[in-house]
Amino acid sequence: MTDTTQTARRVVVTGLGATTPVGGTAPQTWEAIVAGRSGVRTLEHDWVAEHELPVTFAAPIHTDPLEVLKKVEVRRNDPSGQYALIAAREAWADAGAPEVEPERLGVAIGSGIGGVHTLLSQWDTLKEKGPRRVFPLTVPMLMPNGPAAAVSLDLGARAGAHCPVSACASGAEGMGQALTMIRNGRADVVVAGGTEAAIHPVCIAAFAAMTALSDRNDDPQGASRPYDVARDGFVMGEGAGIMVLEAEEHARARGARIYAYLDGLGMSSDAYHITAGEPEGAGAARAMEEAIADAGLATDDIAHINAHATSTPVGDVAETKAIHRAFGDHTGDIAVTATKSMTGHLLGAAGALEALLTVLALHHRQVPPTINLQEQDPEIDLDVVTGGPRALPEGQLAAVNNAFGFGGVNVALTFTSAS
Amino acid sequence: MALSEQEILEGLAEIVNEETGLEAEEVQMDKSFTEDLDIDSLSMMTIVVNAEDKFGVRIPDDEVKNLTHVKDAVSYIANHQG
Repeated sequence: MTDTTQTARRVVVTGLGATTPVGGTAPQTWEAIVAGRSGVRTLEHDWVAEHELPVTFAAPIHTDPLEVLKKVEVRRNDPSGQYALIAAREAWADAGAPEVEPERLGVAIGSGIGGVHTLLSQWDTLKEKGPRRVFPLTVPMLMPNGPAAAVSLDLGARAGAHCPVSACASGAEGMGQALTMIRNGRADVVVAGGTEAAIHPVCIAAFAAMTALSDRNDDPQGASRPYDVARDGFVMGEGAGIMVLEAEEHARARGARIYAYLDGLGMSSDAYHITAGEPEGAGAARAMEEAIADAGLATDDIAHINAHATSTPVGDVAETKAIHRAFGDHTGDIAVTATKSMTGHLLGAAGALEALLTVLALHHRQVPPTINLQEQDPEIDLDVVTGGPRALPEGQLAAVNNAFGFGGVNVALTFTSAS
Repeated sequence: MALSEQEILEGLAEIVNEETGLEAEEVQMDKSFTEDLDIDSLSMMTIVVNAEDKFGVRIPDDEVKNLTHVKDAVSYIANHQG
C-alpha cells in the first residue's frame, strides 16, 4: 500500500453512535446488519389509509426515543433532533467522553429534510387552533441545523455547530466538514454525522410522486433490493449515525481506542439534472478518485466499498459505471456492499450511517452482506457481498463510502484501518 | 365552581412539569419562574397557553410579563376564572 506523506494532521474515529431501523445503538445496528436483518415493515399509522398512500411501508426507527430520552427532551426536539441527541450521546460515551476545551470541540451534523414533522404538525395546529397555540419552539425544531445545535448545547461544543444540507449526501458531508475542521486546526474533536426523520405522509407521497420509491407493498422486506434485476425504487428509512472524530495526536495522548482513520474526502457536483445523477457516473467517479488521492492512496489500495446503492433502477447502474471509471481493472477485487438493502434509505443520515458501517467493517475486518439480491443485474458487474458477511484480510486496509444527493451532489470518504 | 388557589397551584405545577420536566413539588408559590425554576420566555408562553386551556382563562400577552412568580400566575388565574 502507498505510504501516506501527509502534512495535515490525521483524523481518527474514536466513538460511534447510531439509532437506526435495525437497532437502537451502533453495536445493535452492526449485529443486525452482519446477520442480514431487514428493518423494513408495513406502517401501522392511520394516515397511510387515510391518505390512500401508494406506498404503505418504510424502515422506521427501531427504538422509540421515549425509551432513551427524557420526556421533555422528546417534547422540545423534532424527531430528527431526538435521533441526533441519542446517537451523539452514545458516540460521546463510546469515545470515553474526551476531555477537550469547549472552544476545541465542534459539531457537524447534516440533515437532508429538516424538521418536517414539526413544521407540518404546527401547520395543523395553526389551522385548527390559531396562532397562539403554535408551539414557541417550532422554529428551532424545524430548522435543519436544530439537531447540530441541540448536540452542541448538550456537549458544550463551541468550535462551531454546522449542518451541511445536501439531500442524501448531508451525513457524509458532515463527516467531511469535520475532517476539514480538524485538519485546518479549528477543532481537536468534532462530533459528526447525519440525522433524518422524514417518514411523514407528505414525504412518502412526494417521493412516490416522482416514482423514486419501491411500491412492493405485499413484500416490504424484499422491497429494498439494490443491484437485483427486480429492484423498483428505494425504501424510506430514518435515524442517525454519528461519530466522534478526533485529531490523531489528541486521541493518542489520552490513550483512546481508535476504530479507524478518516483519511480522505472527495466532493463534486454533476450540474446535470436536479434529481437524476449523471448516468455515466463521471462526477461520482471524480469524488471517489479525489477521496482516495486525498488519503495519499492509489485506487488499487481500496479493498471495500459501502456503496450509495439505493435500489433505484437508474442510480445503481450509474454508480456501477462510476466505480468502473474510478477503479478500472481493480474493480473486480473490491468487496462491494449495499446496506440500504436492510436499513432502507436514511436520506440525510444515510452517508453517515454507511460511513459508520464502513468503519466497523474495517474494525471487525468483515464486510456485511447485501440482502435481497436474487438475480444480479447484468449491467452491474461488481463483486457484491451476498449470503453472509465476508472476511477482509489482515494488514493495512482502506475502504470507500459513497453518498450521492439530489442536486447532483457526490461525496466520497476514504477510511483506513487502525492497524 | 371556582378552583381554590391550592388546586390552581397543583394544576399549574402539572403544566410546568409537562413542559420543563421539573418535579411538580418544586413549583411553589414563592418561586420565581425565571430565577428559581429556570423557565425561559419561550417555555413561559407554552405554559401560559396550556394554563389558558386548563383553567378556561385568557392571559393577554401584555399580562405575562407581570407574572414573575408562581403566586402571580396563581392569583391571576384565581381572579379571572370563569
